[in-house]
Amino acid sequence: MKALPRKLLRELMRLKGQMLAVAAVVACGISVFVSMSSVKHSLEVSRQRYYNRFRFADVFVQVKRAPEFYRETVSRIPGVASVSTRITADVTLDVPGLDEPATARLVSIPEYRTPVLNDLFLKKGRYIEPGKPEEVIASKPFLEANHLVPGDRISAVINGRKRNLLIVGMGLSPEYIYEVQPGSFFPDKRRFGVFWMGRRSLESALDMSGAFNDLSLTLAHGASEKDVIMRLDNLFKRYGSLGAYGRSEHLSDRFIVDEIKQVGIQITFLPVVFLAVAVFLLNIVLRRIVATQRDQIAVLKAIGYSNEDVGLHYLGFAMIPTAFGAIVGTLLGAWLGRGLMNIYAEFYNFAELVYYFRFEDVALSVLLSFAAAIFGALGAVRSAVQLPPAEAMRPDSPVLYKPGFFDRESLRKKIPVSLRIIVRNLERRPWKAALSVLMISLSVAILIAGRYTYDSLDRMVQVEFTEKHREDVTVIFNNPMPPSVRFNIASLDGVIEHEYYREEPVKMSFSHRVRRQSIKGLESAEGLQRLIDKANRQLRLPPDGILLTSALAELLGVKPGDKLQIDFLQGRQRHRELLVSGTIDEILGLSAYMNLGALNRLAGDGGALNAAYLRLDQAKAGKLYTTFKKMPGVSGIMMLKAMKQSFDELIAQSMNTSTVILTSFACVLAFAVVYNGARISLSERARELTSLRVLGMTKGEISLILLGEQALLTMAAIPVGFLIGIGLSALLAHALSSELYRLPLVFSAFNFLFAFMVIVLVSVVSAILVRRRLTNLDMVEVLKTRE
Amino acid sequence: MVGVSADSQQRPPVLRISDLSKVYMMGEVRVDALKHVSLEFHAGELAVLLGASGSGKSTLLNIIGGLDVPSSGKLFFHGREITAATEAELTAYRRRSIGFVFQFYNLISSLSALENVQLVTEIAENPMEAKEALRLVGLGDRLNHFPAQLSGGEQQRVAIARAVAKRPELLLCDEPTGALDFQTGKLVLDVIEKVNRELGTTTLVITHNASIAGMADRVVRLRSGELSEDRRNLTRMSPSELVW
Repeated sequence: MKALPRKLLRELMRLKGQMLAVAAVVACGISVFVSMSSVKHSLEVSRQRYYNRFRFADVFVQVKRAPEFYRETVSRIPGVASVSTRITADVTLDVPGLDEPATARLVSIPEYRTPVLNDLFLKKGRYIEPGKPEEVIASKPFLEANHLVPGDRISAVINGRKRNLLIVGMGLSPEYIYEVQPGSFFPDKRRFGVFWMGRRSLESALDMSGAFNDLSLTLAHGASEKDVIMRLDNLFKRYGSLGAYGRSEHLSDRFIVDEIKQVGIQITFLPVVFLAVAVFLLNIVLRRIVATQRDQIAVLKAIGYSNEDVGLHYLGFAMIPTAFGAIVGTLLGAWLGRGLMNIYAEFYNFAELVYYFRFEDVALSVLLSFAAAIFGALGAVRSAVQLPPAEAMRPDSPVLYKPGFFDRESLRKKIPVSLRIIVRNLERRPWKAALSVLMISLSVAILIAGRYTYDSLDRMVQVEFTEKHREDVTVIFNNPMPPSVRFNIASLDGVIEHEYYREEPVKMSFSHRVRRQSIKGLESAEGLQRLIDKANRQLRLPPDGILLTSALAELLGVKPGDKLQIDFLQGRQRHRELLVSGTIDEILGLSAYMNLGALNRLAGDGGALNAAYLRLDQAKAGKLYTTFKKMPGVSGIMMLKAMKQSFDELIAQSMNTSTVILTSFACVLAFAVVYNGARISLSERARELTSLRVLGMTKGEISLILLGEQALLTMAAIPVGFLIGIGLSALLAHALSSELYRLPLVFSAFNFLFAFMVIVLVSVVSAILVRRRLTNLDMVEVLKTRE
Repeated sequence: MVGVSADSQQRPPVLRISDLSKVYMMGEVRVDALKHVSLEFHAGELAVLLGASGSGKSTLLNIIGGLDVPSSGKLFFHGREITAATEAELTAYRRRSIGFVFQFYNLISSLSALENVQLVTEIAENPMEAKEALRLVGLGDRLNHFPAQLSGGEQQRVAIARAVAKRPELLLCDEPTGALDFQTGKLVLDVIEKVNRELGTTTLVITHNASIAGMADRVVRLRSGELSEDRRNLTRMSPSELVW
């Protein structure tokens, strides 16, 4: 190896602490970028491949019951490529080992295996055999959560009759990548599953021969989804259609698309912060190296090294740690990406969730980090190149100190010398001090933003599972029930409180904006279900008029006081005008609330109820569940506690992972900035500080001067970091919010305390490391060396 | 007793300095470091530039070495005008023709003695072996020592080896003994003299120490940026004979 590269390597080794800090920051940024972009790409490709391979439909429509020949009619609609009809039904299941009834969504499949839309991926076992009506294929998450395997039996109440089903296979479908019970938001794998059953046996069980209640289709290339949906709506209006919809309104697809979008946001936001800090660190470290090597630069130039040689040599100080960071970051990113994909695999049910590690992502991130390294090094390298050799031979002229703010006569007397040195040093280079504060505050901000999602989800859980819903179970009726159903429910032993709601599908329009939406008619908003916004405030239910969630109002472009056009999709299909009496900023989904009586009057029928919220006497719950399992009118039961538990397990787990990652990265960032700042101060002022020692100052006193400056910067950075963190969290909340959910902007005191503690701890550790060097300063040696 | 041959005076000079001035601005103070200096140096000459601190001798050396540019006046090396050279030409000039020795040695502390010399031999056109250069200065057995492991005199000798390894035409020494004690200083001067004698390198030694003048063919004295004396020694003393 040539002498100059050897000099570079040896000096890098000598500065290894600082260089490792730079490399670590780069590695954090790169690993986030590489892992997130590979996760994003993997999710996109897995989704697309899954959809293509199993023919996920483009448009969906559910009807009450339509004659099978409509399949032919639909296939003749211009723009329709292929059509499948099915029969679906939600039924209650009696799962072995589970007290409560579970819900199955039955979906018909051909008796003989033929390709259909939304096809089944058979993971285990076999396809159903014709002429064996009890055979079903069940979804993988449900089977695994209940420890069931093909060959096991399970009983279901289908159309009021108890049936003993034989599970022959384990399957997955592109329709249920995110598998949740209709009307629910969070998966409850134990209590909800999809069962695929032969068309014939479902037809006979549900008295649906020659008919279907579910149709899906794919569009030809270039066809207009909107036109096809309009045609379908006209066609199926009289068959109880609730309106056709495209993939963008398909819940499962919605979740995945949102997830991909969110991953995309993280790709841009975090690496930018890390690379910005890397630029800053390289800038200060390199400036210092060039300053201390003025005479060496002069010698190199005197010997005959060209400006390019010298420039490249000092650029090496930036490129090598960056390259090291990029390699470590790429490896870490690949590992993290794989780990994240495993978490996604828990959450989303893909036929195959393949992890694609793309060379482009690595190349791009490496390119970005080198660009950052060059950018950070530029100033220092330029000054090394431009340094006239003759001037470089002379020591740097002493920097100019002027009396500053704190040097006023009145203040001077009150401030001890050591503090005056600290303050003057900061005053002399206010931009450097400000930049140091900004960089430390960025790590505080990342800590805050990292834990913000945690607080936000905590609030979400509190509002959704404690404040808003206070029922134990929701009993869902398979058909709208007359108001008299309340007497049946009230008579059940163990029901303490009962409350009902009506869920009425409508088309809402305001000027040119139209949305399919169901109106929830509540008996009261003060009982089991309450109206709580994301700031945890309780709202009243208007006596008449409609209360829309803010997100829905925004989509429709309405504000309180506007008149909304309502088309009922069921029953007498009335058209009505309705006053928007208010909005509520809810966390989850899009909802429209009305007083039950007002909704009944608006619909113009005698009233109907779709579900009941119940509070149960826990001692009698078991018996009640058994009753529900057998009740023909009940299609399913949702348990608040179970949903909360699955939420905690799944979402909280993935959140915890990302919080741990973010927190450790923020620690690396904070340490890199604080430690480098202190090391550079030490190298700049070793002579000065040692001179003070020679003059009789104690080790403690000189430590105070050096570390006091760092402490002051850190203390100043903490409140700034809090503010930036809040801003960053608000940005995140905005960017991560969708129609599905909106993250509330809440911060726990613990979040700030945690960030404070981490920064203080990191500062103390770096102070200890630097102080060790400080106390080891050789007084004689330092005074001998020429600046 | 050694002396430069008389006919060297007749040949065109290696270095011609014509009306050279240099003005610095030190903050708000104007410093006239050099005032209208004209000089010529011939091949194989060993010249000592004497002057007190601030007399402008280092400035002159830096301009000769292509490290600094004059405010006015011209400098010719083998008839080529160095003061008109581009940055790249200056680099090439330093790389091919100039060897520098500094008062504080200016070795790269992270490189060993051998590597410090290799720093030069790697980029020079027809260098001697790095080891050979170190042997020339009597450090053949200290090749792998780092600067911190060498005495001041040894460090300066490494610096000399580094300067001569490229076989420069001009060896410029800026206070080479300034940081050394008497005995070590003489040892270093010995090496410089040896290089001048054995390799025939034109050598300029800057010093404030008038006693060193005895070893030179020619003594040039600067005072406040002006040439105050330019004389030839009839005989050159060996450095070992010097006293101060």
